[in-house]
Amino acid sequence: MDIIVALKQVPDVGAGIAINDEGTDLARDRLGFVTNPFDEWALEEALLLKDMTDGWVTVVSLDDPGIDHALYRALALGADHAVKLVGTGPAWIDSHRRAGIMASWIREQLYDLILSGVQAPDDLDGQLPALLAAGLGHPFASVVVAVEVTETGLIATQEFGGGRVGRIELALPAVLGIQGSLRDPRYVSDMRIRLASMGGGIEEVRSDGETGVPTAGSGLSVRRVFTPEASRRAVMLPASPHEAADAILGLLRERGLIA
Amino acid sequence: MNHDVLVLAEAAGDSFIDPTFELLGRARDLATAWGGRVLALVLGPSPDPSMLNADVVLTVSHPKLDAYTPEAHARAAQHVVAELDPKLVLLANTTEGMDLGAALSLWCQRPLVAYAVDVRAEDDAIVATSQLFGGRLLAEVALEGDRGICAVVGGSFPPARVPTRPPVVEVVAPPVSLDGVTTVPRGMPPGEDEDIDITKAPMLVAIGRGLKSQDNVAVAQALAEALGASLSGTSQVCDLGWLPRTRHVGKSGVKVRPRAYLSFGISGAPEHLEGIRESELIIACNTDEAAPIFDAAQYGTTADAIELLRALTSRVQQR
Repeated sequence: MDIIVALKQVPDVGAGIAINDEGTDLARDRLGFVTNPFDEWALEEALLLKDMTDGWVTVVSLDDPGIDHALYRALALGADHAVKLVGTGPAWIDSHRRAGIMASWIREQLYDLILSGVQAPDDLDGQLPALLAAGLGHPFASVVVAVEVTETGLIATQEFGGGRVGRIELALPAVLGIQGSLRDPRYVSDMRIRLASMGGGIEEVRSDGETGVPTAGSGLSVRRVFTPEASRRAVMLPASPHEAADAILGLLRERGLIA
Repeated sequence: MNHDVLVLAEAAGDSFIDPTFELLGRARDLATAWGGRVLALVLGPSPDPSMLNADVVLTVSHPKLDAYTPEAHARAAQHVVAELDPKLVLLANTTEGMDLGAALSLWCQRPLVAYAVDVRAEDDAIVATSQLFGGRLLAEVALEGDRGICAVVGGSFPPARVPTRPPVVEVVAPPVSLDGVTTVPRGMPPGEDEDIDITKAPMLVAIGRGLKSQDNVAVAQALAEALGASLSGTSQVCDLGWLPRTRHVGKSGVKVRPRAYLSFGISGAPEHLEGIRESELIIACNTDEAAPIFDAAQYGTTADAIELLRALTSRVQQR
């Protein structure tokens, strides 16, 4: 099975939020970037399917900050080919434009399946997988937590609210938004990533010009971004497990939840 | 020009999901402001449509819509939205909402706002506030043009009142595009529907990835048994197979209202917090003092989760 995995870098807000001077976006020049965590699950699912079907995995991305490391890492993990679509202009690209640029490259490829993370922390104008599928005209599913290969296609398990799940069989090519995989994303050492980078191996493709596919934007204009007002904070109990346990039992007793 | 607000109703069993009623409530405010009607769209078999506080309930029936598939439901939704051209389409930011919102946006050439927690009318304009970065950032956005789609996070609006008069039900002929749908529903995974109902448990012990290893699930289970509580967890631990999916608490899992919710190794993503907000008492254990779970909890500790679980279990057992 030939699988394309769409990867994306997102601002790392783990250490704190920084907003630009205009108040309309994160201060992306002041933040580090990491691979969208859901894309890591998508890559893991792709590598599992590759093992199962003797397949081929291509990772593709736009020219996001820090993407070279992410692509080399994917190669070190077992991806067969890495493609970077360059010439896409500004650093931040909304999901609609991203899907349009990717779709115009994907259309020229041979593939059975496209995987991507079900969502990203900053996809204000919707999630990439369904946008890609709608643009390419393929069957699709979001929030996929398991994939089984069948004779004619694959069965995806979709998770819904209320603990409901459903299985659907999709004809190929199809697009799946991956929420989780049965295995944690695998680990690879820095040494192996360095080795992968020394081999080169990222194919750069200019995404403007020759394909000429119009890539309409999201049609959204951001007036301002802001951090939500801090809601009530918990009363902190001791950090010692034994003292915390005593305090918690006290709270449960007060409420008559334990004798 | 058409000023209607269309709510994509999402059926679950013999009713609709909570967000459907919440969207209808806000749809009424918006339709009043714009001078349009509230339309509810039900794709496939419909629970009792008289529950829906809408002016018109539109139904579409077709064998391909009998069970949910993204492909069939997206094509049917596109057909109705293109035909009726409502000013605004509201859908829940659920799995179905993610599937259909993006497809509608592209096929009907309308801007889409995801993760909305507020949608309002500013004269003729549609303005929304959205959650980004797991709720750590909010963005106020205006939709360009006079047509749009908003995917709204559950719990953002109070539910619509129960209708005093039944809505008009209109049957919409299914589009021929449904005949070309190739996706086939294959039912539920085996063994998923036989488990306890955690929404009925008075006390819940909940676990997240912070427990680090599946082997530690037994440590949490021991406390749950000692307390007479049920064990539940985040979407991630259910995805990893540490717990059955029926134990998933959160927006895409179940919402719980126990008398006490004891969480261990859960950081508190909005997905999860949405499912626990109505708990009477929340006590959270997480080593990261800045974890969002401490904004939802009344009491917290940064103790090591495993050590705390063991300390609690032995104390409860010794009572």
